[in-house]
Amino acid sequence: MNDNAIVIPSDKVSIEKENTNKTLFGFWLYLMTDCVLFAALFACYAVLHGNTFGGPKGSDIFSMPYILAETLLLLTSSFTCGMAMLYARKKQKNIALYALVATFLLGLSFLLMELYEFRQLVIEGHSWRQSAFLSSYFTLVGTHGLHITVGLFWMIVVSYQIYKKGIQEFSVKRLALLSLFWHFLDIIWIFIFTVVYLMGVI
Amino acid sequence: MKKHVVSSDYDVASGTIITYITGFILSLILTLLAYFLVTQKLYTSVNQIIVIIAGLAVIQLFVQLIFFLHLGRESKPRWNVTVFVFAVLVVLIIIFGSIWIMNNLDYNMNHSDSKIIKDELNHE
Repeated sequence: MNDNAIVIPSDKVSIEKENTNKTLFGFWLYLMTDCVLFAALFACYAVLHGNTFGGPKGSDIFSMPYILAETLLLLTSSFTCGMAMLYARKKQKNIALYALVATFLLGLSFLLMELYEFRQLVIEGHSWRQSAFLSSYFTLVGTHGLHITVGLFWMIVVSYQIYKKGIQEFSVKRLALLSLFWHFLDIIWIFIFTVVYLMGVI
Repeated sequence: MKKHVVSSDYDVASGTIITYITGFILSLILTLLAYFLVTQKLYTSVNQIIVIIAGLAVIQLFVQLIFFLHLGRESKPRWNVTVFVFAVLVVLIIIFGSIWIMNNLDYNMNHSDSKIIKDELNHE
């Protein structure tokens, strides 16, 4: 073999891989613009979090052990999502599916805990209508929850495809996009956890 | 022997089980550390703890970017990193720009507050 041998991607497989990389990059661009969306909501919250209009402050309504449980659920689901990706690349269909189901259940419990928290707040009369602080709080955390909901539906579709059609080139690609999305949501949650909840109870 | 295999960068987005477990454990430690520093009130001033937990969040951001998202492991024209750095710049401008401008507005508009009157008296 020549020292400066260059393998040109002329065969079908290489072109497919090239396209996969382009898709991943395009999705990465979308995630970065989503970052800007969340930045606007974080800025909104940072400006408005003091305007409680006689209503409760963050420290009055946040239950920290509950929030920690939510955080750990989402963090673990991010890990199992990585496991699903890892075993899908190794073509181990069953382990990848189990990891995906675990991710789904963890994500679902996170979402249900968040909805229950919202429900309790509204029942106690602390809905988004009460103050600018609560409006910005519900918008920021709710937008994250909406992303999680979309991710859960997406996870059902990808799991079904892998279950039915096995691990193919396209299913690995879709799973790669989904895992990027899921890890990204976990990173956003770290900042919600720190900025909204931890800084709220100091 | 040099290798110029064009399609070899396909596995950029994959890690090993070791990188995932390392990232998971580091994230757990950072989360729990921030949580207990705040809830057990292990701090002396509010400004100090805000800087510390913000720092812990940023460290965790990089832990997850490196161990879960494998940022920086792609091949040479590092477009992912370039776009990421640009996004961080925009995010910082939006957040700190908003806080800065809104605090200024608040200061200049809030006439019922005796703060401005006091400041003006100090100038005279």
